[in-house]
Amino acid sequence: MDRLWFFFFGTLNYDSLPFYSTIATIAAGIVVAGALVTFGLITWYGKWTALWKNWLTSVDHKKIGIMYVVVAFVMMARAVVEASMMRLQQALSFDAPGYLPPEHFAQLFSTHGTIMIFFMAMPFLTGLINYAMPLQIGARDVAFPVLNSISLCLTGGGAALMMVSLVLGKFSTGGWSGYPPYTEMAFSPGVGPDYWIWAVTLSSIGTTFTGINFAVTIYKKRAPGMHLFRMPLFCWTSLCTAILMIFAMPPLTLATLFLALDRQLGFHFFTNDAGGNMMNYANLFWLFGHPEVYILILPAFGVYSEVIANFSSKVLYGYRTLVVATMAIAVLSFTVWLHHFFTMGQSSAVNAAFGIATMTIGIPTGVKVYDWLLTMFRGRVRFSVPMLYALAFLILFVVGGLSGVLLANPAVDYQVHNSLFLVAHFHNMLIPGLLYGMLAGTHYWFPKAFGFRLDELWGRIAFVCWVVGFLLAFMPLYALGLLGMPRRLVEYFDPDYLPYTIVAAVGAGFILAAFASLVVQLVVSIRHRDALRVFVGDPWNGRTLEWSISAPPPEYNFAVIPDVKARDAFHDMKRRGVAYRRPKHYSNIEMPMNSMLGPVVAIAATACVFGIVWHIGWMIVLGFLTVWGAVIARSFVRRTKRIIPASEVRRTEERWLAAVSKAPLIARDYETSPANRGLAEAAGA
Amino acid sequence: MRPTRRPTANGMALRGRIAAVVEVRGCVVAACATALSAMPAGAGVSSSSFLHPLGPVAAAQKSLFYDINLLMMIVILPVFVFMPWFAWRYRRTRRDSVYRPEWSFSLPLEFLVWSVPTAVVAALAWLIVAREVPLGPYRPLASDKPPLEVEVVGLDWKWLFVYPEQGIATVGAFAMPTDRPVEFHLTSDSVMQSFFVSGLGSQIYAMAGMVTQLNLLADTPGRTTGRNTQYNGNGFHQQRFVVEAMDDADFAAWVEKVRADGVPLNDENYRSLAAKGTLALARAKLARPGMPADRIYFSGVPGGFFQKIVRKYASGPMPSSLAGPQPVAAGMVAAHEAR
Repeated sequence: MDRLWFFFFGTLNYDSLPFYSTIATIAAGIVVAGALVTFGLITWYGKWTALWKNWLTSVDHKKIGIMYVVVAFVMMARAVVEASMMRLQQALSFDAPGYLPPEHFAQLFSTHGTIMIFFMAMPFLTGLINYAMPLQIGARDVAFPVLNSISLCLTGGGAALMMVSLVLGKFSTGGWSGYPPYTEMAFSPGVGPDYWIWAVTLSSIGTTFTGINFAVTIYKKRAPGMHLFRMPLFCWTSLCTAILMIFAMPPLTLATLFLALDRQLGFHFFTNDAGGNMMNYANLFWLFGHPEVYILILPAFGVYSEVIANFSSKVLYGYRTLVVATMAIAVLSFTVWLHHFFTMGQSSAVNAAFGIATMTIGIPTGVKVYDWLLTMFRGRVRFSVPMLYALAFLILFVVGGLSGVLLANPAVDYQVHNSLFLVAHFHNMLIPGLLYGMLAGTHYWFPKAFGFRLDELWGRIAFVCWVVGFLLAFMPLYALGLLGMPRRLVEYFDPDYLPYTIVAAVGAGFILAAFASLVVQLVVSIRHRDALRVFVGDPWNGRTLEWSISAPPPEYNFAVIPDVKARDAFHDMKRRGVAYRRPKHYSNIEMPMNSMLGPVVAIAATACVFGIVWHIGWMIVLGFLTVWGAVIARSFVRRTKRIIPASEVRRTEERWLAAVSKAPLIARDYETSPANRGLAEAAGA
Repeated sequence: MRPTRRPTANGMALRGRIAAVVEVRGCVVAACATALSAMPAGAGVSSSSFLHPLGPVAAAQKSLFYDINLLMMIVILPVFVFMPWFAWRYRRTRRDSVYRPEWSFSLPLEFLVWSVPTAVVAALAWLIVAREVPLGPYRPLASDKPPLEVEVVGLDWKWLFVYPEQGIATVGAFAMPTDRPVEFHLTSDSVMQSFFVSGLGSQIYAMAGMVTQLNLLADTPGRTTGRNTQYNGNGFHQQRFVVEAMDDADFAAWVEKVRADGVPLNDENYRSLAAKGTLALARAKLARPGMPADRIYFSGVPGGFFQKIVRKYASGPMPSSLAGPQPVAAGMVAAHEAR
């Protein structure tokens, strides 16, 4: 009986269910209920076919981009709640156990970090790049549309594994970096680290594909005349991010696979004994981990470059400088990984070299900040929501830069390493740096993606909550770190910490409110979508090509591939009076056909790794064979393209051009009024 | 129990502790929060972090911390000034300001935005070379007295301090004489941990099968707390110890007390100690009535005890540097050489 059970269900049993703790049971209940309600609603409305045909099997870069952002938002909801739970615990746990047992607290900081990096930040930025970059370079899709779908689905599979870990078994307590030997079998015998390893591995493989895809797209798919040095800055940062993904993700994939070999097959890569050495893990992990920091921040830099120029009604200051600075950051990011473990016992000379290399990155970064400031100089600054995020970013980011330079000094790092000062620092980089950038980008490109603007008032409310929440939640953490409070403490005994932890918990409340405001904003905007409609497609008086087409864009993006004559191509077209020209003739457009390869590969791969986590042999074999079987089967598919006939293109374009001719020209003063149908007064700065 | 708040070693109660004050350096408000404490002359210092240093390393780190903050203001303050200024001065609703939509480059400005950060980073790099390198954990501290050797073993979830010269060992408390350097050798008999006494100075990892080093010195009598900062399981938050810096006479008396009250550190007792669990759990098994609360004292530590723990994990031959008292190599005694 037992053997039969093991054959079918591996090591899964009653104890895998979360009934050991009320909070875990509630969390699992929410996940199960959420999944059931989602499935129920889709079934009720009979949307499975539409979902499958229009979304899950779609290889359209725009839809894939949107799905990435949806994944990011869903996962952010969970991780933000987890963050608030931890802040509340610390506010309650001065010389007292608080409400969370230590193991649960450890699972929370591990899932929070893993989700925020791999399943919030990465999908978010990948989604934005996916959506905007091909439009900005005048392409109809990415270079490898099916691979794009596989990347998305693998990320989704990893995210699903994270959610499953809430229901079946316990997650790792080893933090987002999963340092062995703590995560080895000898010290963490449960399934937690296995969940972590495979969720991260799926995501890292998907991200490697994404990097290749983006880089090739930018190199090969640009419209005629779109020289590299005419690309919008967002494309440049996307290119740098793509290059970083290609070179930085493999070390992570290797590190997690080696750790999996240690755990499952008794290897000794990182064990304490038999020749293993965890220092190799630290090096491999941060060889990924530091470039990862720039994978996260560079796309946001790109968004800020677009947003600041656009909402200052001005050309970007120092374009070439910004390109050079971005490339410099990308290259230097591979030379500094050791600063994550200054305290591992290497010599002062080695530490000093890496400390100086780290600070060197501060130079191009500082230059960028000043270039953005100079972009506003003698411009006409409009305080729309994306611009507000950009302005808050400029101020808060330099505070993070200051703490970064402090951490880059090994002697200071010996004091604040592993402390809340470090936690405050990287949240300072990732919230005002990455997240504000992503939110600015969402707000900026949302009308392009869905055809209507987001509600401005709720956007402002969310913005205020994000800024207040960030300041209250993380400035006290700087102080706590300097007072010697380490990270990941479930309970503490120093009364000096208490006031700061209370303030930080209040800040977490504001961040929850900020997230809730985003949800409200979305609901309000959908309700008022008719008043917010900008079908003509240029609500912000945009400068780059994505604004030259309808909102939402047709599947093929450009009826005729634009001929680019200058940087800020659309701005140039408007100035020369050649925007919205009716093409001389329409032709057939060849687009890639939908493919079920992505979902099939991802479902099979997720099943395979779920089998590895729970030792379910048949699932491993079946999943593995299905992955490769599907890939091989796909290579026999001959019809991968379909033709959109010229007549259909003509119909679509004529409908849009008719709307263009009817839309009022909108001066920037009325940008956020219902009069804005997406046709900008070109001279109206 | 809150060790940092208890009366100090020489029995004088702490007086005049001033509430935590957030100190503003430049515009970077909370980045430089510091809790200040005042203490009467001659009394022991109670330190919770390097902002109230007990020794020269922490003091140097504190001053370095402030110097970097000051230096960075050169590049940070302009952003704080120009960002709000430009945004407001060139706001769209103000129609009379200059508008230059095509202006995108200026060579003098370009020179400025590259050269100033470069100069600041050069200065910061010089700070590292000049002031970090002397603070390196492996570097012996200048003193006319020979360093006190202490061997530290990281366990789940407590630290074992072995004083090889004295033949004693302690858990939960660590005493050191003032004005005499202490040379730590650290290893772990479990997962990686990070040994940290903020009030004295740097932290360093302790890893199984490897030996890392740390040099610290206390120049005033006082108390502080040390801990592990690398998460290692459910008892992580309990992995703290009291650090007491005392003068030579008090230290000698303390050593005698440990020797008198201690239980022998034989294999059996070490096994009880090393088993996963908090200090309280180990105390329940090992403590004798004479021992103060929150501590375990050991006497009769056999020679080579620390090396034996390291060797448990090492598969190769031991390097000669571990055989006897270690020569303090300048810097590059990389931990892996100990394997």
